Amino acid sequence: MKEVINPPVRNIEDEEYHINIGPQHPSTHGVLRMVVSIQGETVKSLKPHCGYIHRGIEKMCEKDTYQQIIHLTDRMDYLSAHINNHVVCLLVERALEVAVPERVQYIRTIVDELTRIASHQLWWGCFGMDMGGQTCLLYGMRDREKIMDIFEESFGSRLLHSYYTPGGLMGDIHPNFQKRVKEFITYFRKKIHDYDNILTGNVIMQERTKGVGILTKEEAIDYGVTGPIGRASGFSCDVRKYHPYGVYDKVDFKEILGTQGDTFSRYMMRMHEMRESMKILEQLIDNIPAGDYSAKMKAVIKLPAGEYYQRVEAARGELGVYVVSDGNKTPYRMKFRSSSFSNLSALDHMSRGFKIADLIAIGGSLDYVIPDIDR
Amino acid sequence: MDNATLKERILELVPNAEYQENKQFPTFIIPPDKMHDLALKLKQEADLAFDFLFCLTAVDRIEFFEVVYHLESTQLKHQLELKVRTANRENVAVDTVCDVWRTAEFHEREAYDLMGITFNNHPDLRRIFLDENWKGHPLRKDYVDEVNIIER
Repeated sequence: MKEVINPPVRNIEDEEYHINIGPQHPSTHGVLRMVVSIQGETVKSLKPHCGYIHRGIEKMCEKDTYQQIIHLTDRMDYLSAHINNHVVCLLVERALEVAVPERVQYIRTIVDELTRIASHQLWWGCFGMDMGGQTCLLYGMRDREKIMDIFEESFGSRLLHSYYTPGGLMGDIHPNFQKRVKEFITYFRKKIHDYDNILTGNVIMQERTKGVGILTKEEAIDYGVTGPIGRASGFSCDVRKYHPYGVYDKVDFKEILGTQGDTFSRYMMRMHEMRESMKILEQLIDNIPAGDYSAKMKAVIKLPAGEYYQRVEAARGELGVYVVSDGNKTPYRMKFRSSSFSNLSALDHMSRGFKIADLIAIGGSLDYVIPDIDR
Repeated sequence: MDNATLKERILELVPNAEYQENKQFPTFIIPPDKMHDLALKLKQEADLAFDFLFCLTAVDRIEFFEVVYHLESTQLKHQLELKVRTANRENVAVDTVCDVWRTAEFHEREAYDLMGITFNNHPDLRRIFLDENWKGHPLRKDYVDEVNIIER
């Protein structure tokens, strides 16, 4: 008779092993690979591996004119495409000391805020789906569609608009624009209550997010975590308040700060932000001044030799662009400081000691857009 | 702190720092061996309190490389730009600042990956975007890639 050899007894609780989440995984919201070291169900450490969709946008910029660069910025954080356009336009306008018509500034601010709402709607849907609620994605997509329709009517495309140009806009807004934005605000003011009823008040969701993935204010500053995530930790970092651009200095809105710094707090920040954005829209939409949709610009834009830096508040946090110009029509060096990139660096710290299921919730609340990380 | 006081303060901390005219931020060129000490002081001293490193990048200046730090104080709201120049194109080691501002860890990895700057004492200096077997550093001006880069 054959001797039966029993395998050695293994205590899985004590063993540390690695699993790959991604690159193709619904919870990574794109192509991001995370090598997670776990003991049992508990996350010990996490290493993000980026670069799966690195396209070398910074290198491409060195060969392109400033008008062409606008089209590349759309493709970084595609969910806040307009805001990405805005940062390059502002930089060029400041370097050339161009006065942009007031009409342009109003329209840009309105469109930026619409973009922010659309981005947060999609985030809300994806976050709900990460937590196991399929309904949320359908609701989020349904309401985002209203904004996409407004964009399509005025700018001709739905996702990558390239609507801003240095000095102004590609064209004027559609005659229906104001009417449709006002209709949207009335519509979404009602619908955002549904969001609260479905997800915010849900006991399972609250249990899974409160006290999970805590980031303190000091850590948020240290990791350079900005946007709703930084504000959830109490880091007052709204570029719209501290370095106003567009007409943000003329409108009344609150920068809402959280105290907990946990996943639920990050969730609530974006819910508040959508309401604040609607408040900004209401103040501006009836007051768009008449005038030109663009300042007079030369066909070939050459920035004076020097270095320039411009910051804006994108939907995910602070977006910065640093340009070194040698006086030619293409930049000598262009660097994008993308918000998701810095936000991702804190993920390892935030998820340590929590379960894998919590990691998905924390990742959902970070709302990273992978092309923004990789560029 | 206004820019004039800030200038005096930085020159007091690093006497051989070079002040550069810049419309936006007060800019200083810091000798590479002084950078880490200065970073610690900038963060710790109460009247400076530069706790937020909002951008770190590198620029190829042909004869040498420049690492550029953009700093802000979240309480005092003043901003600062610092530059560290490498000696030449071959000796490209700069001290890391990621023990001072942890956000530097990822940004320095990016600068290493794309520009080839090596950071002394960095805890995990690997390529961040490109493959580990990738040859060269694409953002350098002398980088040649006949397959993927089309010259116009």
